[in-house]
Amino acid sequence: MNKLIAWFDERIPMTKTWNIHLAQYPAPKNFNFWYIFGVLATLVLVNQILTGIWLTMNYVPTGEGAFASVEFIMRDIEYGWLLRYMHSTGASAFFIVVYLHMFRGMMYGSYQKPRELLWIFGMLIFLVLMAEAFMGYLLPWGQMSYWGAQVIISLFGAIPIIGDDLTLWIRGDYVISGATLNRFFALHVIALPLVLVILVFLHIIALHEVGSNNPEGISIKKPKGSVPESEKPKFKFHERFTKKYDIVDAFPFFPYYIVKDLVGIAVFLFFFCYVIFFAPAMGGMFLEPPNFEAANPLKTPEHIAPVWYFTPFYAILRAVPDKLMGVILMFGAIVALFVLPWLDRGTVRSVRYRSGFHKVNLTIFAISFIALGYLGLKPATEVYTFFARVFTFLYFAFFVLLFFYSKNEKCKPVPERITK
Amino acid sequence: MSNAPVDKGRRRFLTVATSVVGAAGAVGVAVPFIASWNPSEKAKNAGAPVEVNIGKTEPGQLIRVEWRGQPVWVVRRTPEMLASLETLNDKLRDPNSDEPQQPEYAKNLHRSRKEEYFIAVGICTHLGCSPQYLENTMGELVEGAQGGFFCPCHGSTFDIAGRVFQGVPAPYNLVIPPHYYINDTTILVGEDGEQA
Repeated sequence: MNKLIAWFDERIPMTKTWNIHLAQYPAPKNFNFWYIFGVLATLVLVNQILTGIWLTMNYVPTGEGAFASVEFIMRDIEYGWLLRYMHSTGASAFFIVVYLHMFRGMMYGSYQKPRELLWIFGMLIFLVLMAEAFMGYLLPWGQMSYWGAQVIISLFGAIPIIGDDLTLWIRGDYVISGATLNRFFALHVIALPLVLVILVFLHIIALHEVGSNNPEGISIKKPKGSVPESEKPKFKFHERFTKKYDIVDAFPFFPYYIVKDLVGIAVFLFFFCYVIFFAPAMGGMFLEPPNFEAANPLKTPEHIAPVWYFTPFYAILRAVPDKLMGVILMFGAIVALFVLPWLDRGTVRSVRYRSGFHKVNLTIFAISFIALGYLGLKPATEVYTFFARVFTFLYFAFFVLLFFYSKNEKCKPVPERITK
Repeated sequence: MSNAPVDKGRRRFLTVATSVVGAAGAVGVAVPFIASWNPSEKAKNAGAPVEVNIGKTEPGQLIRVEWRGQPVWVVRRTPEMLASLETLNDKLRDPNSDEPQQPEYAKNLHRSRKEEYFIAVGICTHLGCSPQYLENTMGELVEGAQGGFFCPCHGSTFDIAGRVFQGVPAPYNLVIPPHYYINDTTILVGEDGEQA
């Protein structure tokens, strides 16, 4: 066995990679509940790729055949219903874990220097994920697939001058048709997943280069030689990490956190399986009722709402009376997140040691996001539109206020070391 | 191996020239990939004009036809509907149809070639839903309106000439497709005809 490993190690950095990224990677010892979502996102990604490949084996990507082929998968393929529900529930689960993962980053300042690029890669993953989910939602070719896509593609029509030609080019027809479905299928099953996997790879490489943040927001890397031998953890970390620094308060990722994560994965799977088996449509949230009817270009459903994970941004779009401004503001809501590392000019990372003002600001931001998500599901009545405007204002206020107060923020003293 | 001194200027020129040619090639290669997303010949053919027989429409009736996969409405307006148009002007975003949402010959109060018949693409200018025709109940939404259209998606309202009301998300009046009368009872939707 050892001889075989040695044979490989001479030809490819197998053991070295294993050690750097797993067995000898120092992970802070104080990870809490919020640190499970990165692993869960990876798990869901694997689920999506696997079930997705199997679904393509029976799916027909044409305007005439798509809806029927999904029905065929559901009824006539052995366990087809399970594969499809794993995939559709996986899409929603992906956004749940990614939103929580992002909020974790915001709470503990994981986007701050030196993790800006790590955050950018994460945001790119989020962006590609949204494109992936949007295109995937067209594929069942139901009423909501069709009209939801109609609404989102026509957003590009708001761009001055080139707007109309651009939407025509995206659709490949004067309306959404089989041509649109076919290209979305190609992008959904090969182009975007490839990009997604590459971005996830870069996200992890960037993480392992700068090291994981933790709930205290303090570094586990101390200047070389400053920590007495008795206080160093009794684990072997790869020399790549210990060459320049003394590592404190950390465990190797494997096996310690892997084992801990397995518990989190088990708990997650309880919920995931419950939805798959008992509530695959999740009361119209994961699969909307109009989508059980085939796409019909001449009949608009009573009320068009995108799937829940887009509704916060959709509510912002609707809150603005002007179309172009609405589109700009909606994309602005995502751009603001992209540049968060530069909007936050503070040096204290964790919310635990930041000012009360910041705690309130972050709480209001989280509430606004959830409220917008709720409002985006509702019809645009006067009252709902009023609240959508209030929460849109609060959403953006978070970033503006953060930029101003973070420079001279009154923070609590940050401890030198992770206690406990 | 030649030991001649390196001609740096020549080397730079060759590097730049090769890069430029390479970049031009890359742009050229991108053309087919991008152009293949344009509507196919088949899709263009499917966008051919449609004939509509309006001989049997009742006053106030709306008929739907499909043109380029989009719903096109033909409404035979009642005299009351036409009379209401003038009174709504100050509640509209673009009462005089200044935005180019219609061919020249439909840039008038009733937004059509003939007063009686209203022809429009039945797709809301906000985000592409198809509004509902409210023949009798439009007055409940907008005072004084006789007939009109209401978009269920985001609540945009239009009068019976497809003009958008103020304070709703839709930015423009409904699109009037190119059309002309072949004879008194037949309209061709999709072409301006020679009378244009």
